[in-house]
Amino acid sequence: MRTPRPPIAITGMGVKTPIGLELDSFWAGLRSGRSAGAPIRSWDTSEHPVKFACEIPDFDIGAYLSPKESAHLDRVTQLGFAAAVDALASAGELGADPARIGVVAGTGVGGLLTLEGQIETYVGKGAMRVSPFLVPMMMSNATAAFISIYHGFTGPNFCVVTACAAGANALGEAARLIRDGDADVVIAGGAESSITAVGLAAFNRMTALSRRTDDPARASRPFDPGRDGFVMGEGAGFCVLESWERAEARGAHIYGGIAGYGRNTDAYHITHPSPGGEGAVRCMQLALEDAGMSPSDIGHVNAHGTSTPINDAAEAEAVLKVFGEPAPPITSVKGATGHLIGAAGAVEAIASILAIRAGEVFPTANHDETDPALGPIDVVHGAPRPLAAAPALSNSFGFGGHNASLVLIPA
Amino acid sequence: MDRSDAFIQLQSAAVEVLHVDAGTVTEEARFKEDLDADSLALIEFVMALEEKFDISVPEEELDGVTTVGQALDLVMAKLAASA
Repeated sequence: MRTPRPPIAITGMGVKTPIGLELDSFWAGLRSGRSAGAPIRSWDTSEHPVKFACEIPDFDIGAYLSPKESAHLDRVTQLGFAAAVDALASAGELGADPARIGVVAGTGVGGLLTLEGQIETYVGKGAMRVSPFLVPMMMSNATAAFISIYHGFTGPNFCVVTACAAGANALGEAARLIRDGDADVVIAGGAESSITAVGLAAFNRMTALSRRTDDPARASRPFDPGRDGFVMGEGAGFCVLESWERAEARGAHIYGGIAGYGRNTDAYHITHPSPGGEGAVRCMQLALEDAGMSPSDIGHVNAHGTSTPINDAAEAEAVLKVFGEPAPPITSVKGATGHLIGAAGAVEAIASILAIRAGEVFPTANHDETDPALGPIDVVHGAPRPLAAAPALSNSFGFGGHNASLVLIPA
Repeated sequence: MDRSDAFIQLQSAAVEVLHVDAGTVTEEARFKEDLDADSLALIEFVMALEEKFDISVPEEELDGVTTVGQALDLVMAKLAASA
Protein backbone atom coordinates (compact mmCIF):
# COMPACT_ATOMS: atom_id res chain seq x y z
CA MET A 1 0.00 0.00 0.00
CA ARG A 2 1.22 3.46 -0.86
CA THR A 3 1.89 6.04 1.79
CA PRO A 4 -1.17 8.29 1.92
CA ARG A 5 -0.57 11.86 0.88
CA PRO A 6 -2.31 14.97 2.21
CA PRO A 7 -5.85 15.53 0.99
CA ILE A 8 -6.66 18.46 -1.28
CA ALA A 9 -9.20 21.03 -0.09
CA ILE A 10 -12.32 21.95 -2.05
CA THR A 11 -12.90 25.66 -1.40
CA GLY A 12 -15.40 26.48 -4.11
CA MET A 13 -18.23 24.64 -5.87
CA GLY A 14 -20.69 25.52 -8.63
CA VAL A 15 -23.30 23.50 -10.53
CA LYS A 16 -25.63 23.87 -13.50
CA THR A 17 -27.89 20.83 -13.47
CA PRO A 18 -31.38 19.82 -14.63
CA ILE A 19 -32.55 19.86 -10.98
CA GLY A 20 -30.87 23.06 -9.85
CA LEU A 21 -28.64 25.88 -11.00
CA GLU A 22 -27.21 26.67 -7.55
CA LEU A 23 -25.86 24.44 -4.78
CA ASP A 24 -28.94 25.00 -2.59
CA SER A 25 -31.51 24.13 -5.25
CA PHE A 26 -29.38 21.21 -6.47
CA TRP A 27 -29.23 19.76 -2.97
CA ALA A 28 -32.94 20.35 -2.38
CA GLY A 29 -33.64 18.59 -5.67
CA LEU A 30 -31.52 15.60 -4.70
CA ARG A 31 -33.22 15.35 -1.29
CA SER A 32 -36.68 15.49 -2.88
CA GLY A 33 -36.15 12.38 -4.99
CA ARG A 34 -37.63 14.24 -7.96
CA SER A 35 -36.39 13.43 -11.46
CA ALA A 36 -35.89 16.04 -14.19
CA GLY A 37 -36.81 13.60 -16.97
CA ALA A 38 -39.25 15.35 -19.33
CA PRO A 39 -40.12 15.62 -23.02
CA ILE A 40 -37.40 17.45 -24.97
CA ARG A 41 -38.52 21.02 -25.59
CA SER A 42 -35.56 22.56 -27.39
CA TRP A 43 -36.04 20.76 -30.72
CA ASP A 44 -38.54 18.59 -32.59
CA THR A 45 -38.28 14.92 -31.58
CA SER A 46 -41.08 13.61 -33.79
CA GLU A 47 -38.68 11.46 -35.83
CA HIS A 48 -37.12 9.94 -32.70
CA PRO A 49 -38.19 6.86 -30.77
CA VAL A 50 -36.79 8.46 -27.60
CA LYS A 51 -38.35 11.89 -27.03
CA PHE A 52 -37.18 12.85 -23.56
CA ALA A 53 -34.12 13.82 -21.57
CA CYS A 54 -33.06 15.93 -18.60
CA GLU A 55 -32.60 19.41 -20.07
CA ILE A 56 -31.91 22.72 -18.36
CA PRO A 57 -34.62 24.91 -19.90
CA ASP A 58 -34.03 27.95 -17.69
CA PHE A 59 -30.28 28.40 -18.03
CA ASP A 60 -29.40 31.96 -19.09
CA ILE A 61 -25.79 32.81 -19.88
CA GLY A 62 -26.84 36.46 -19.95
CA ALA A 63 -26.33 36.57 -16.18
CA TYR A 64 -22.63 35.80 -16.76
CA LEU A 65 -21.60 37.20 -20.13
CA SER A 66 -22.64 39.86 -22.63
CA PRO A 67 -24.21 38.70 -25.91
CA LYS A 68 -20.94 39.50 -27.67
CA GLU A 69 -18.91 37.46 -25.17
CA SER A 70 -21.18 34.42 -25.36
CA ALA A 71 -21.94 34.51 -29.10
CA HIS A 72 -19.06 32.25 -30.01
CA LEU A 73 -19.34 29.78 -27.14
CA ASP A 74 -21.15 26.49 -27.59
CA ARG A 75 -23.76 25.73 -24.92
CA VAL A 76 -21.40 23.22 -23.31
CA THR A 77 -18.87 25.99 -22.70
CA GLN A 78 -21.55 28.37 -21.49
CA LEU A 79 -22.70 25.82 -18.90
CA GLY A 80 -19.15 25.01 -17.85
CA PHE A 81 -18.08 28.63 -17.64
CA ALA A 82 -21.10 29.57 -15.52
CA ALA A 83 -20.48 26.70 -13.08
CA ALA A 84 -16.81 27.71 -12.84
CA VAL A 85 -17.73 31.35 -12.17
CA ASP A 86 -20.07 30.22 -9.37
CA ALA A 87 -17.30 28.03 -7.92
CA LEU A 88 -14.85 30.92 -8.01
CA ALA A 89 -17.38 33.26 -6.41
CA SER A 90 -17.90 30.82 -3.54
CA ALA A 91 -14.14 30.44 -3.08
CA GLY A 92 -13.58 34.10 -2.27
CA GLU A 93 -10.38 36.01 -2.92
CA LEU A 94 -7.81 33.44 -4.05
CA GLY A 95 -4.77 35.65 -3.55
CA ALA A 96 -2.83 33.52 -6.03
CA ASP A 97 -0.42 34.37 -8.83
CA PRO A 98 -2.43 33.83 -12.06
CA ALA A 99 0.52 31.81 -13.40
CA ARG A 100 -0.07 29.37 -10.51
CA ILE A 101 -3.81 28.93 -11.22
CA GLY A 102 -4.75 26.01 -13.45
CA VAL A 103 -7.91 24.76 -15.14
CA VAL A 104 -8.84 21.15 -15.87
CA ALA A 105 -12.15 20.61 -17.65
CA GLY A 106 -13.72 17.32 -18.66
CA THR A 107 -16.28 16.70 -21.38
CA GLY A 108 -17.61 13.78 -23.35
CA VAL A 109 -18.02 15.29 -26.79
CA GLY A 110 -17.52 19.08 -26.57
CA GLY A 111 -19.55 21.36 -28.81
CA LEU A 112 -21.81 18.87 -30.54
CA LEU A 113 -24.68 21.33 -31.01
CA THR A 114 -22.42 23.69 -32.96
CA LEU A 115 -20.95 20.87 -35.02
CA GLU A 116 -24.36 19.54 -36.01
CA GLY A 117 -25.63 22.97 -36.97
CA GLN A 118 -22.58 23.64 -39.10
CA ILE A 119 -22.81 20.26 -40.84
CA GLU A 120 -26.35 21.25 -41.82
CA THR A 121 -25.01 24.55 -43.11
CA TYR A 122 -22.30 22.77 -45.08
CA VAL A 123 -24.74 20.33 -46.65
CA GLY A 124 -27.33 23.00 -47.40
CA LYS A 125 -25.20 25.97 -48.40
CA GLY A 126 -21.72 24.68 -49.18
CA ALA A 127 -18.17 24.86 -47.91
CA MET A 128 -17.86 28.65 -48.03
CA ARG A 129 -20.76 29.18 -45.60
CA VAL A 130 -19.19 27.15 -42.78
CA SER A 131 -18.52 29.41 -39.80
CA PRO A 132 -14.93 30.40 -39.02
CA PHE A 133 -15.94 29.84 -35.39
CA LEU A 134 -16.86 26.17 -35.85
CA VAL A 135 -13.48 24.86 -34.69
CA PRO A 136 -13.07 27.08 -31.61
CA MET A 137 -16.68 26.41 -30.60
CA MET A 138 -16.76 22.64 -31.06
CA MET A 139 -13.31 21.67 -29.81
CA SER A 140 -13.47 19.74 -26.56
CA ASN A 141 -10.89 21.98 -24.87
CA ALA A 142 -12.89 25.17 -25.48
CA THR A 143 -14.28 25.28 -21.93
CA ALA A 144 -10.86 24.97 -20.30
CA ALA A 145 -9.51 27.57 -22.70
CA PHE A 146 -12.31 30.11 -22.22
CA ILE A 147 -12.21 29.92 -18.40
CA SER A 148 -8.50 30.77 -18.52
CA ILE A 149 -8.86 33.50 -21.16
CA TYR A 150 -11.68 35.23 -19.29
CA HIS A 151 -9.92 35.15 -15.92
CA GLY A 152 -6.32 35.41 -17.06
CA PHE A 153 -5.26 32.14 -15.42
CA THR A 154 -2.04 31.10 -17.16
CA GLY A 155 -1.13 27.96 -15.19
CA PRO A 156 -1.54 24.33 -16.31
CA ASN A 157 -4.63 24.00 -18.47
CA PHE A 158 -6.09 21.00 -20.23
CA CYS A 159 -9.18 19.04 -21.11
CA VAL A 160 -9.91 15.45 -20.14
CA VAL A 161 -11.99 13.44 -22.60
CA THR A 162 -12.79 10.07 -21.04
CA ALA A 163 -16.50 9.88 -21.82
CA CYS A 164 -18.61 9.45 -18.69
CA ALA A 165 -15.53 9.41 -16.43
CA ALA A 166 -14.24 12.81 -17.61
CA GLY A 167 -15.60 14.93 -14.76
CA ALA A 168 -14.10 12.67 -12.10
CA ASN A 169 -10.82 12.38 -14.00
CA ALA A 170 -10.67 16.18 -14.20
CA LEU A 171 -11.01 16.57 -10.43
CA GLY A 172 -8.51 13.80 -9.77
CA GLU A 173 -5.91 15.13 -12.19
CA ALA A 174 -6.40 18.62 -10.78
CA ALA A 175 -5.74 17.32 -7.27
CA ARG A 176 -2.55 15.74 -8.62
CA LEU A 177 -1.41 19.07 -10.07
CA ILE A 178 -1.65 20.59 -6.61
CA ARG A 179 0.02 17.63 -4.88
CA ASP A 180 2.86 17.77 -7.40
CA GLY A 181 3.32 21.48 -6.79
CA ASP A 182 2.50 22.39 -10.40
CA ALA A 183 -0.25 24.80 -9.38
CA ASP A 184 -1.48 26.52 -6.21
CA VAL A 185 -5.14 26.63 -7.21
CA VAL A 186 -6.96 24.60 -9.87
CA ILE A 187 -10.50 25.16 -11.17
CA ALA A 188 -11.67 21.70 -12.18
CA GLY A 189 -14.83 19.98 -13.27
CA GLY A 190 -16.80 18.90 -16.28
CA ALA A 191 -19.45 20.09 -18.71
CA GLU A 192 -21.73 18.42 -21.22
CA SER A 193 -24.49 19.46 -23.59
CA SER A 194 -25.03 16.76 -26.16
CA ILE A 195 -28.81 16.31 -26.16
CA THR A 196 -28.93 17.01 -29.88
CA ALA A 197 -30.86 15.25 -32.62
CA VAL A 198 -27.87 13.20 -33.73
CA GLY A 199 -26.55 12.73 -30.18
CA LEU A 200 -29.85 11.31 -28.98
CA ALA A 201 -30.22 9.14 -32.08
CA ALA A 202 -26.70 7.79 -31.66
CA PHE A 203 -27.03 6.84 -28.00
CA ASN A 204 -30.42 5.31 -28.77
CA ARG A 205 -28.93 3.20 -31.58
CA MET A 206 -26.50 1.75 -29.05
CA THR A 207 -29.61 0.65 -27.11
CA ALA A 208 -28.11 2.56 -24.18
CA LEU A 209 -31.11 4.83 -23.58
CA SER A 210 -34.31 4.27 -21.66
CA ARG A 211 -37.31 4.08 -23.99
CA ARG A 212 -39.86 4.93 -21.33
CA THR A 213 -41.26 7.74 -23.46
CA ASP A 214 -44.71 7.40 -21.89
CA ASP A 215 -43.30 8.30 -18.45
CA PRO A 216 -40.06 10.29 -18.76
CA ALA A 217 -39.99 11.41 -15.13
CA ARG A 218 -39.80 7.76 -14.06
CA ALA A 219 -37.33 6.60 -16.73
CA SER A 220 -33.98 7.01 -14.98
CA ARG A 221 -34.13 4.48 -12.13
CA PRO A 222 -30.70 3.19 -11.12
CA PHE A 223 -30.50 -0.29 -9.56
CA ASP A 224 -34.28 -0.77 -9.91
CA PRO A 225 -35.54 -3.92 -11.64
CA GLY A 226 -37.54 -1.74 -14.06
CA ARG A 227 -34.48 0.14 -15.37
CA ASP A 228 -34.10 -0.02 -19.14
CA GLY A 229 -31.32 2.41 -20.00
CA PHE A 230 -29.96 5.82 -19.13
CA VAL A 231 -31.58 9.20 -19.72
CA MET A 232 -29.44 11.88 -21.36
CA GLY A 233 -28.79 14.96 -19.27
CA GLU A 234 -26.87 18.20 -19.68
CA GLY A 235 -25.04 20.35 -17.20
CA ALA A 236 -21.78 21.20 -15.50
CA GLY A 237 -20.03 21.10 -12.17
CA PHE A 238 -16.81 22.85 -11.17
CA CYS A 239 -14.74 23.00 -7.99
CA VAL A 240 -11.91 25.19 -6.75
CA LEU A 241 -9.09 23.03 -5.38
CA GLU A 242 -6.03 24.03 -3.35
CA SER A 243 -3.83 22.56 -0.65
CA TRP A 244 -5.37 22.31 2.79
CA GLU A 245 -2.59 24.49 4.24
CA ARG A 246 -3.14 27.19 1.67
CA ALA A 247 -6.91 27.15 2.18
CA GLU A 248 -6.54 27.49 5.95
CA ALA A 249 -3.87 30.16 5.65
CA ARG A 250 -6.11 32.41 3.59
CA GLY A 251 -9.10 31.73 5.82
CA ALA A 252 -11.09 30.07 3.06
CA HIS A 253 -14.29 28.19 3.68
CA ILE A 254 -13.47 24.50 3.11
CA TYR A 255 -16.41 22.48 1.79
CA GLY A 256 -14.58 19.17 2.00
CA GLY A 257 -11.69 17.49 0.29
CA ILE A 258 -10.37 14.94 -2.16
CA ALA A 259 -8.39 12.35 -0.22
CA GLY A 260 -8.05 9.64 -2.84
CA TYR A 261 -8.13 9.20 -6.59
CA GLY A 262 -8.00 5.98 -8.56
CA ARG A 263 -8.06 5.63 -12.31
CA ASN A 264 -7.50 2.71 -14.61
CA THR A 265 -8.93 1.12 -17.71
CA ASP A 266 -10.77 -2.13 -18.40
CA ALA A 267 -8.85 -2.83 -21.62
CA TYR A 268 -11.76 -5.08 -22.50
CA HIS A 269 -14.45 -3.58 -24.76
CA ILE A 270 -15.23 -0.15 -26.17
CA THR A 271 -18.62 0.05 -24.41
CA HIS A 272 -19.16 -2.99 -22.16
CA PRO A 273 -17.72 -3.12 -18.63
CA SER A 274 -15.22 -5.90 -17.95
CA PRO A 275 -16.73 -9.18 -16.66
CA GLY A 276 -17.48 -9.11 -12.97
CA GLY A 277 -16.76 -5.39 -12.85
CA GLU A 278 -13.06 -6.21 -12.46
CA GLY A 279 -11.85 -2.85 -13.76
CA ALA A 280 -14.18 -1.02 -11.41
CA VAL A 281 -13.07 -3.17 -8.47
CA ARG A 282 -9.44 -2.29 -9.02
CA CYS A 283 -10.27 1.39 -9.57
CA MET A 284 -12.09 1.68 -6.23
CA GLN A 285 -9.19 -0.11 -4.52
CA LEU A 286 -6.72 2.32 -6.07
CA ALA A 287 -8.71 5.28 -4.75
CA LEU A 288 -8.85 3.77 -1.25
CA GLU A 289 -5.10 3.03 -1.33
CA ASP A 290 -4.39 6.58 -2.46
CA ALA A 291 -6.41 7.86 0.51
CA GLY A 292 -4.75 5.39 2.91
CA MET A 293 -8.19 4.07 3.83
CA SER A 294 -9.80 0.70 4.14
CA PRO A 295 -13.28 -0.07 2.76
CA SER A 296 -14.77 0.20 6.25
CA ASP A 297 -13.83 3.89 6.39
CA ILE A 298 -16.34 4.71 3.64
CA GLY A 299 -19.74 6.04 4.75
CA HIS A 300 -21.53 5.95 1.41
CA VAL A 301 -20.89 5.11 -2.22
CA ASN A 302 -22.02 7.60 -4.84
CA ALA A 303 -22.44 5.13 -7.66
CA HIS A 304 -21.94 5.72 -11.34
CA GLY A 305 -25.42 4.12 -11.38
CA THR A 306 -26.49 4.96 -14.91
CA SER A 307 -29.75 2.97 -14.88
CA THR A 308 -28.60 0.74 -17.73
CA PRO A 309 -29.10 -2.97 -16.99
CA ILE A 310 -25.45 -3.81 -17.64
CA ASN A 311 -23.69 -0.93 -15.85
CA ASP A 312 -25.69 -1.23 -12.67
CA ALA A 313 -25.17 -5.01 -12.55
CA ALA A 314 -21.40 -4.74 -13.04
CA GLU A 315 -21.10 -1.89 -10.54
CA ALA A 316 -23.16 -3.67 -7.89
CA GLU A 317 -20.96 -6.73 -8.26
CA ALA A 318 -17.83 -4.60 -8.04
CA VAL A 319 -19.02 -2.74 -4.94
CA LEU A 320 -19.81 -6.01 -3.17
CA LYS A 321 -16.36 -7.35 -4.08
CA VAL A 322 -14.59 -4.28 -2.71
CA PHE A 323 -16.67 -3.77 0.43
CA GLY A 324 -17.99 -7.23 1.27
CA GLU A 325 -21.21 -7.49 3.27
CA PRO A 326 -22.72 -5.36 4.47
CA ALA A 327 -21.57 -2.85 1.86
CA PRO A 328 -22.07 0.83 2.73
CA PRO A 329 -25.25 2.52 1.47
CA ILE A 330 -25.22 3.35 -2.23
CA THR A 331 -26.98 6.16 -4.04
CA SER A 332 -27.02 7.53 -7.58
CA VAL A 333 -27.50 11.13 -8.71
CA LYS A 334 -28.61 9.99 -12.15
CA GLY A 335 -32.15 9.10 -11.13
CA ALA A 336 -32.63 12.84 -10.57
CA THR A 337 -30.45 14.46 -13.23
CA GLY A 338 -30.14 11.84 -15.93
CA HIS A 339 -26.66 11.11 -17.20
CA LEU A 340 -24.53 14.24 -17.50
CA ILE A 341 -21.83 12.26 -19.39
CA GLY A 342 -18.61 14.26 -19.10
CA ALA A 343 -20.02 16.46 -16.32
CA ALA A 344 -21.38 13.56 -14.26
CA GLY A 345 -18.26 12.79 -12.23
CA ALA A 346 -17.80 16.40 -11.16
CA VAL A 347 -21.46 17.05 -10.35
CA GLU A 348 -21.63 13.80 -8.41
CA ALA A 349 -18.49 14.57 -6.39
CA ILE A 350 -20.14 17.86 -5.43
CA ALA A 351 -23.31 15.93 -4.49
CA SER A 352 -21.30 13.72 -2.17
CA ILE A 353 -19.62 16.71 -0.52
CA LEU A 354 -23.08 18.24 0.03
CA ALA A 355 -24.28 14.92 1.46
CA ILE A 356 -21.36 14.68 3.87
CA ARG A 357 -21.95 18.25 4.99
CA ALA A 358 -25.68 17.68 5.50
CA GLY A 359 -25.14 14.45 7.41
CA GLU A 360 -27.48 12.52 5.16
CA VAL A 361 -27.37 10.55 1.94
CA PHE A 362 -29.80 11.67 -0.76
CA PRO A 363 -32.18 9.04 -2.17
CA THR A 364 -31.84 7.50 -5.61
CA ALA A 365 -34.75 9.04 -7.52
CA ASN A 366 -37.24 6.58 -9.06
CA HIS A 367 -35.75 3.63 -7.21
CA ASP A 368 -38.82 1.76 -5.95
CA GLU A 369 -37.11 -1.49 -5.07
CA THR A 370 -33.67 -2.99 -5.51
CA ASP A 371 -33.24 -5.44 -8.35
CA PRO A 372 -32.82 -8.79 -6.54
CA ALA A 373 -30.40 -9.90 -9.25
CA LEU A 374 -27.90 -7.30 -8.00
CA GLY A 375 -27.22 -9.01 -4.67
CA PRO A 376 -27.32 -7.49 -1.18
CA ILE A 377 -26.59 -3.87 -2.07
CA ASP A 378 -28.19 -1.20 0.12
CA VAL A 379 -29.61 1.45 -2.19
CA VAL A 380 -30.81 4.62 -0.45
CA HIS A 381 -34.27 5.41 -1.79
CA GLY A 382 -37.57 7.00 -0.85
CA ALA A 383 -36.14 9.59 1.53
CA PRO A 384 -32.76 10.96 2.61
CA ARG A 385 -30.97 8.72 5.10
CA PRO A 386 -29.15 10.27 8.07
CA LEU A 387 -25.49 9.33 8.15
CA ALA A 388 -22.67 10.55 10.35
CA ALA A 389 -20.02 12.57 8.49
CA ALA A 390 -17.68 10.07 6.87
CA PRO A 391 -15.69 9.77 3.65
CA ALA A 392 -17.59 8.91 0.47
CA LEU A 393 -16.46 7.02 -2.61
CA SER A 394 -17.75 8.41 -5.93
CA ASN A 395 -17.50 6.23 -9.03
CA SER A 396 -17.43 7.21 -12.69
CA PHE A 397 -17.05 4.71 -15.54
CA GLY A 398 -16.83 5.74 -19.17
CA PHE A 399 -17.32 4.18 -22.57
CA GLY A 400 -13.87 3.13 -23.66
CA GLY A 401 -13.38 1.32 -20.35
CA HIS A 402 -12.15 4.39 -18.46
CA ASN A 403 -12.71 4.17 -14.71
CA ALA A 404 -12.26 6.93 -12.13
CA SER A 405 -13.04 6.85 -8.41
CA LEU A 406 -12.69 9.68 -5.91
CA VAL A 407 -12.57 9.48 -2.12
CA LEU A 408 -14.22 12.62 -0.77
CA ILE A 409 -13.87 13.68 2.85
CA PRO A 410 -15.48 16.10 5.30
CA ALA A 411 -13.84 19.45 5.97
CA MET B 1 -28.21 50.46 -54.73
CA ASP B 2 -26.52 53.71 -53.75
CA ARG B 3 -23.77 53.96 -51.20
CA SER B 4 -25.95 55.25 -48.38
CA ASP B 5 -28.44 52.39 -48.77
CA ALA B 6 -25.58 49.91 -48.87
CA PHE B 7 -24.09 51.48 -45.74
CA ILE B 8 -27.34 50.99 -43.83
CA GLN B 9 -27.37 47.31 -44.75
CA LEU B 10 -23.71 46.90 -43.87
CA GLN B 11 -24.34 48.65 -40.56
CA SER B 12 -27.15 46.25 -39.68
CA ALA B 13 -24.90 43.30 -40.55
CA ALA B 14 -22.23 44.68 -38.21
CA VAL B 15 -24.73 45.14 -35.38
CA GLU B 16 -25.95 41.59 -35.85
CA VAL B 17 -22.67 39.76 -36.35
CA LEU B 18 -20.18 41.87 -34.41
CA HIS B 19 -22.55 42.71 -31.52
CA VAL B 20 -21.79 46.42 -31.62
CA ASP B 21 -24.03 49.49 -31.34
CA ALA B 22 -25.11 50.94 -34.66
CA GLY B 23 -23.65 54.32 -33.66
CA THR B 24 -20.12 52.89 -33.53
CA VAL B 25 -20.37 51.65 -37.12
CA THR B 26 -19.09 54.63 -39.10
CA GLU B 27 -17.09 54.60 -42.34
CA GLU B 28 -14.01 55.58 -40.32
CA ALA B 29 -14.42 52.81 -37.74
CA ARG B 30 -11.57 50.28 -37.69
CA PHE B 31 -12.66 46.66 -37.31
CA LYS B 32 -9.96 45.61 -34.89
CA GLU B 33 -9.46 48.71 -32.76
CA ASP B 34 -12.94 50.26 -32.78
CA LEU B 35 -15.30 47.32 -33.28
CA ASP B 36 -13.32 44.65 -31.40
CA ALA B 37 -13.52 42.30 -34.38
CA ASP B 38 -10.66 39.81 -34.70
CA SER B 39 -9.75 38.02 -37.93
CA LEU B 40 -12.36 35.30 -37.44
CA ALA B 41 -15.08 37.83 -36.68
CA LEU B 42 -14.14 39.71 -39.84
CA ILE B 43 -14.58 36.53 -41.89
CA GLU B 44 -17.98 35.98 -40.30
CA PHE B 45 -18.91 39.60 -41.04
CA VAL B 46 -17.93 39.24 -44.69
CA MET B 47 -20.05 36.06 -44.89
CA ALA B 48 -22.99 38.14 -43.67
CA LEU B 49 -22.26 40.76 -46.35
CA GLU B 50 -22.11 38.07 -49.03
CA GLU B 51 -25.58 36.87 -48.03
CA LYS B 52 -27.04 40.36 -47.64
CA PHE B 53 -25.76 41.69 -50.98
CA ASP B 54 -25.67 38.38 -52.87
CA ILE B 55 -22.00 38.86 -53.71
CA SER B 56 -18.90 36.71 -53.39
CA VAL B 57 -15.76 37.99 -51.67
CA PRO B 58 -12.69 35.72 -51.92
CA GLU B 59 -10.51 35.85 -48.78
CA GLU B 60 -7.55 37.37 -50.63
CA GLU B 61 -9.65 40.44 -51.40
CA LEU B 62 -9.93 41.11 -47.67
CA ASP B 63 -6.23 41.93 -47.47
CA GLY B 64 -5.87 45.58 -46.55
CA VAL B 65 -9.51 45.97 -45.50
CA THR B 66 -9.26 47.45 -42.01
CA THR B 67 -12.12 49.96 -41.87
CA VAL B 68 -15.86 49.91 -42.43
CA GLY B 69 -15.44 52.37 -45.31
CA GLN B 70 -13.01 50.02 -47.06
CA ALA B 71 -15.47 47.14 -46.66
CA LEU B 72 -18.18 49.36 -48.14
CA ASP B 73 -15.89 50.18 -51.09
CA LEU B 74 -15.47 46.47 -51.68
CA VAL B 75 -19.23 45.88 -51.57
CA MET B 76 -19.90 48.77 -53.98
CA ALA B 77 -17.29 47.45 -56.42
CA LYS B 78 -18.83 43.98 -56.31
CA LEU B 79 -22.33 45.38 -56.85
CA ALA B 80 -21.12 47.49 -59.79
CA ALA B 81 -19.38 44.47 -61.34
CA SER B 82 -22.49 42.34 -61.11
CA ALA B 83 -24.90 45.05 -62.28
